[in-house]
Amino acid sequence: MLRRVISTWLIILLLLAGCGGSDEDAEGEAVGGEGEPFRIAIVMPSSTTDIAWSQSMFDSLMAVQAEMGGESALKLAYSEGMFRVTDASAAIRDYASEGYDLVIAHGAQYGNSVFEIASDFTDTSFAWGTSSDTGAERGFENVFAYGAVANEGGYVNGVVAAMLSKNDVIGVIGPVAGDAKLYIDGFVRGVKDVKPEAQVNISYTGSFSDTTLAAEAAHVHIQAGADVLTGSAQQVVGAIGVANENNVAWLGTQSDQISLGPDVVVTNQIYNWANVVVDMIGKIEAGELGGTAYRLTFENDGLRLEFNENIEIDDEVKEAARAAIEDIKSGAVDPVLPEDE
Amino acid sequence: MKIRQYLAKLIDVLLPVAAMLVALLVGILLLLLLGTDPFEAYSALIQGALGNVSGITQTLTKATPLLLVGLGICIAFRGGVINIGGEGQIVVGALAATAFGVGFGNLPALILLPLTLVSGAAAGLLWGGIPGLLKARLGVNEILTTVMMNQIALRLMNFLLRGPMLDPEHVAAGTSIPQSAALPESIWLTRLVPRTLFHSGAILAVLLALAVYFLLWRTTIGYRIRAVGLNPHASRYAGIPVPKYVTLSLALSGMLCGLAGAVEVLGVHHRMLEGLSGGYGFSGIVAALFGKLHPLGAIPASALFGALLVGADKMQRAVQVPSALAIALQGLVVLFVVSSDLYVRRRTRRRVGEDGPDGPIEGNGDNREKSEEG
Amino acid sequence: MVDELLTVSTLIGILHSCVRLATPYLFAALGETFGQRSGVLNLGVDGIMLMGAFFAFYVVFEGHSLWVGVLAAIVIGVLMGLLKAFVSVTMQSLQGISGIGLYLFGLGLSSLLFKTLIGSVEGVSGFRQLPIPLLSEIPGIGHILFNHNALVYLAYLMVPVSWFVINRTTLGLKIRAVGHNPEAADTLGVSVSGVRYTTLMIGGALAAVGGASLSIGLQNVFQENMTNGLGFIAVALVYFGSWRTVGVLGGALLFSLVNALQLWVQALDIPVPSEIAVMMPYIMTIVVLAFTARQIQKPAALARSYERGE
Repeated sequence: MLRRVISTWLIILLLLAGCGGSDEDAEGEAVGGEGEPFRIAIVMPSSTTDIAWSQSMFDSLMAVQAEMGGESALKLAYSEGMFRVTDASAAIRDYASEGYDLVIAHGAQYGNSVFEIASDFTDTSFAWGTSSDTGAERGFENVFAYGAVANEGGYVNGVVAAMLSKNDVIGVIGPVAGDAKLYIDGFVRGVKDVKPEAQVNISYTGSFSDTTLAAEAAHVHIQAGADVLTGSAQQVVGAIGVANENNVAWLGTQSDQISLGPDVVVTNQIYNWANVVVDMIGKIEAGELGGTAYRLTFENDGLRLEFNENIEIDDEVKEAARAAIEDIKSGAVDPVLPEDE
Repeated sequence: MKIRQYLAKLIDVLLPVAAMLVALLVGILLLLLLGTDPFEAYSALIQGALGNVSGITQTLTKATPLLLVGLGICIAFRGGVINIGGEGQIVVGALAATAFGVGFGNLPALILLPLTLVSGAAAGLLWGGIPGLLKARLGVNEILTTVMMNQIALRLMNFLLRGPMLDPEHVAAGTSIPQSAALPESIWLTRLVPRTLFHSGAILAVLLALAVYFLLWRTTIGYRIRAVGLNPHASRYAGIPVPKYVTLSLALSGMLCGLAGAVEVLGVHHRMLEGLSGGYGFSGIVAALFGKLHPLGAIPASALFGALLVGADKMQRAVQVPSALAIALQGLVVLFVVSSDLYVRRRTRRRVGEDGPDGPIEGNGDNREKSEEG
Repeated sequence: MVDELLTVSTLIGILHSCVRLATPYLFAALGETFGQRSGVLNLGVDGIMLMGAFFAFYVVFEGHSLWVGVLAAIVIGVLMGLLKAFVSVTMQSLQGISGIGLYLFGLGLSSLLFKTLIGSVEGVSGFRQLPIPLLSEIPGIGHILFNHNALVYLAYLMVPVSWFVINRTTLGLKIRAVGHNPEAADTLGVSVSGVRYTTLMIGGALAAVGGASLSIGLQNVFQENMTNGLGFIAVALVYFGSWRTVGVLGGALLFSLVNALQLWVQALDIPVPSEIAVMMPYIMTIVVLAFTARQIQKPAALARSYERGE
């Protein structure tokens, strides 16, 4: 009986396989021929509308597409919600075999998959981040790496926070201890450089997407005296809502969060990947498929600090922020925490 | 008469497939809502999962953890307990296997590989055994404990991957990607098809399905697990130590989930990283259901459900719909497949006594040992 | 540092957080209590909450009033409850698994609708803090209990209301009868399916309002999967409370208290590793129950589908 059950199932599977037919792999297609659009595929762990990491890249790609003249010049394909690495790996391989010119694996956890697939598709260009590893010393020639020097914007936000805070208490809402470390360390340094006596309270929710706990963390910070808040990961939407309700300043990072708190988001560090993408396209069209590790900084316009136009911000604060940015650009300030802290 | 019986069985087996197709028909509404051509979307789904070597191997790679988790769910269900904790058990299994494989990396592969698998299984056994013990000894409901222990496991992983288990190479390079060091290459499970992720863990999973079948229907332990699941009161009067078997079924269930984690590490990623599981604990429950909560049924069922998951991802890529669509479709498929069971149960009730060992179980998913009026 | 935690104002802060944090859990767990008392386990609470959160948000986003948003959540919650009832009562499916189907359906559909109808994360102006006159003036307790938004009050109001419905009304009697012994209830002329349909619709409505309490009450934003598994915790809390409304309240408060405490511990920079702190709510819930759980009376027919004999 059981054998029959199994054989029936096998037959079904085979029948379904038969219906599927075969799709020809368009492997090794020539890179961006004359008049053909350049083709980029991106694989993201979270949603295109996560208002954080994934959205920052998605928005940048859309901007580049608009800049280049739309679909006819740049064709974009995306896979969102690929939090399972196995799924992402399948998507990356699939895009590579479909002949995309550049496949962006937008998550550090995809690194293993990228190198495994990049060695099978040496004519396709790959990019991944956050990382500085292009595999060049292991012989890879078709992998780009990218990352944001988030502590720079963190530092400037910290300077702004210190100047805005009247209570000298500032709250930070992080996802998981150890994550977003760059941003938070830069932020603390920024605060301390302006007001060494100010208190920065950091709390972690233990999750990237627990908006409920992030919201409550914002309440807790406010009750503990904080009058300026910041935080990272997609969970912060909950906290921004609370900042809004209590009219407490919020400093954003990664994606544009001003729309969420039109009256409270004062500044916003934005990851602008457009230059990186444009540069990669140029290199690939010139036959250089990888090897560069990009870093978003204020210097190369990869990081941008936006002020909310809707609210009045003291010129003094704006001036201090601009000065901090200049200091970082010139190297006068290295926005990291001193070793002993 | 023989033919009628055969036909009836055939219908039983085909029913989940039919229910799935009906669910996909309903899903057309969602596709139309998005302004997508349903025909194009669904042909991408089928082609993506089964259309070529790449699709088929992806399906089978995905089916491997689903089958292992599904087997665990079968044991739990047969033992009358619900294991919602697959997710956490997978995670601790993967963590333990990685810790062992990396920590004792200089052992010969012939010893290291089995021990790595065993440590994953042992961690899962522990993570499932705790809820089992708490239920059996203290009457703490297993749904509560397994739900909570999932969260604990995830937080444990977040901590370990950013602290004690963080790859020393990354620490040195200052990149701090939350992942462990790689396992020694000698114990990586063989890739069965080059340039794919399909690995020999699939064979292990199928062998274990046979073993679970043997355990449940050919041994005294299995008989007792099922007896306790069907009727704890009668079992107690028959002299079966009910608490022991409640613990055992949850522990074994956890063990298989832990093994699923270890196999994912050894076969696919070769290290522990974030995003290793991401929902296999739930998907495995669904796969077990498709297989009528029978270990052998779970083999084709996990392949079928794996195909659905892989195909849905392909559909996202091909017609560029939000990933949420795939999740909603899965939900519909589950709802239709569970509903289709009614037909089978109605008919089996009419021919009482003919039920073989693989007959559908009653809708009693919960242990009733604490149900006395008090 | 630690003495900072023991000041009166901090203790008030912790309890205030605890009361607010328990809101979504209370709605959802009370709703689940109705279903389980009538013998139906619904693991799909999280999916219903997400649908409620989305529809409430969408209605408010489109410019309607907040209470219309709550109403929208109730309507969608009832519909989701109907779906669950159809699958598990009429189609007599395995209840543990059909709930997972409902969860996935709600999770997927709410995200899909969000992407299609709104498209980006936006904020709305939700329920505002509504201090209750006089009561909120009481030192300490006033701030802890009477300085919240309307949905928080509503959640706590639902505790006695649910208790009354379950223990003091005819419907409650039927619910308990059906959950305890559907065969006997049927013999006495109680419609088993009717009662279970009713409880699942009530449960759906409450879960959906719980979702709304997030999207237009506590956070004023909608994001995909914003409940983040909160509904599963709510189901667990029903077991914690051993199917009694007061017990559910206790479970929700305990879980939220530990969560509030760990947030405060972190915010005050008390040297407890945050890695441990974030696990505490889950560990404590298990530990406390392990010490208190004895002789729980569960609805005898829980998770069993019922079919009338022929």
